[in-house]
Amino acid sequence: MEVSKVKLADRRTANWWIDKAVAVLVFVGGFSAVVLILGIFLFITREGVGFLVGDEFDLVEFFGSPKWRPTSDNNPTYGALALIVGTASVTGLAMLVAVPFSLGAAIYISEFATGRTKELLKVLVELLAAIPSVVWGFIGLSIMNPLIIELFDVPIGLNVLNSGVILGLMAAPIMTTLAEDALKAVPDSYREAAEAMGATRWQVSFRVALPAARHGLVAAILLGVGRGFGETMAVLMASGHSINLPSSPFDSVRALTATIAAELGETAVGSDHYQALFTLGILLFVVTFAINLAADVFVRRSDRA
Amino acid sequence: MFEATERTLRDAQRERWVKAGLLVMTILLILPVAIILTVLVMRGAPMLSIEFLFEEPTNGMTAGGIFPALIGTIWLVIVALLASVPVGVAAAIYLSEYAPDNKLTRLINLAIINLAGVPSIVHALFGVGAFVIFAGFGTSILAASLTLAVMTLPVVIVSTRESLQAVPQAFRAACWNMGATRWQTIRRVVLPNAVSGILTGVILEVSRTAGETAPIMFTGAAFFLPFLPESVFDQTMALSLHLFVISTQVPNVPEGLPYGVALVLVGMVLTMNAISVALRTKLRGRRKW
Repeated sequence: MEVSKVKLADRRTANWWIDKAVAVLVFVGGFSAVVLILGIFLFITREGVGFLVGDEFDLVEFFGSPKWRPTSDNNPTYGALALIVGTASVTGLAMLVAVPFSLGAAIYISEFATGRTKELLKVLVELLAAIPSVVWGFIGLSIMNPLIIELFDVPIGLNVLNSGVILGLMAAPIMTTLAEDALKAVPDSYREAAEAMGATRWQVSFRVALPAARHGLVAAILLGVGRGFGETMAVLMASGHSINLPSSPFDSVRALTATIAAELGETAVGSDHYQALFTLGILLFVVTFAINLAADVFVRRSDRA
Repeated sequence: MFEATERTLRDAQRERWVKAGLLVMTILLILPVAIILTVLVMRGAPMLSIEFLFEEPTNGMTAGGIFPALIGTIWLVIVALLASVPVGVAAAIYLSEYAPDNKLTRLINLAIINLAGVPSIVHALFGVGAFVIFAGFGTSILAASLTLAVMTLPVVIVSTRESLQAVPQAFRAACWNMGATRWQTIRRVVLPNAVSGILTGVILEVSRTAGETAPIMFTGAAFFLPFLPESVFDQTMALSLHLFVISTQVPNVPEGLPYGVALVLVGMVLTMNAISVALRTKLRGRRKW
């Protein structure tokens, strides 16, 4: 009989090897995200660390002084306070605009709108997200600027108000989409139970769906804050870009991101100024990283609930 | 018979108010886009002509067309796609088809979220440090496109993963039962069923990439170049940076010119988005499972 000659089949055919190779390749692709995020941190640190450990850097001055004068000939100073306050004021105003409107829109789209209206609104929100940041900046310069001068009778319209509103409009779509996702994730049985008890639509929305989705909503807001915080071109063009501790929304300010964008081109590689700009980059990276981690914690909590 | 109590009537009344209020908020959120697009079309459309699209800027960028910037943006987008799509699709295949539910997978997901959240100017700093200086590409299309690729990688990964996961598990199980390997299943069953969804994500990425300005400012895009790029090691003009330059850096630009540039840029980006949305809607209607 031939049977005795049959050996146990070797599984390692060409296809088996290809399968193994692909498994390794796609893992490398997946792991590249981790490598890249570490790489970003390492490379900006590599360029900026000389300043951080050098004589020019003074932690108290960096966070406490509004005097950002890196190009001064005899005594350059690197106080980032005005830049931090500038970024914070613009982001803060942006959130005042974006949070209520995004949550309102998300509730409407998720809880009230139906069928075609729902789809149309979602597409329109996506279109809002598609407009490039340089175009938003241009709108701040050419449309908002004269409008603010006209409406409020102020000498210059490139200020916290202008960039805050622009930034609010830019952050709103992502917040709306994420908030709508969070509301959508609330099981319909919750709503049905409330409706069976005689609750109206808005009672269901505000007393059942919103509390149930709260973690997801907080994550949506945090990611919106992160978006506003890191926005560059629009803020550079619409904020007036002057170093200032603002006392009203009509003051011009300068943001951390905009400072890097405006000054990096004029610095010599490796100079104190160049390294100081990378140090601002490290600050931006660390803060956005923290915001994203916090958002992730909230998303995870909502998953568990 | 049910009789509406005062309370029921009051609740119904309030319901109408709340609904109307929320609708107004939604409209106020969307209205600015309509206004912006109208203004851009009204002021930008008179600028548009064949010459505007196919001529070089002249007179210190205060006249002429946008051809080098248009071509430059196309270069940047294509090279960025060549780098990010293979890596992004591989990552998505890993996450959707291979990744076990463990700490490492969580770490990868967290990295993707963070990569999407890194400010664009920090990506620019990374591009300068890693591609321009460390890798020695200098300020070039290659360095700028790689920076853009890193930045838009999460878009490709997330959208591809979604379309892969939309393929029903039963399709895979059936294939495995026929004796196919994991990769054969992915290549013959999963990918063909997900390819249009992946395409949707890629188009969306094109739209994102074309509009970015900050990441290319110091890595490869130039304010003004009188010639077209010939290889990936050349610098190039780009539409987004061109808009920034002529609206802030160049004196005596005629008022209509930046509107024309903005209109072309927004037109490109929104067309891409519209194609992406249309494709997605069509797919959803055609899906058999």
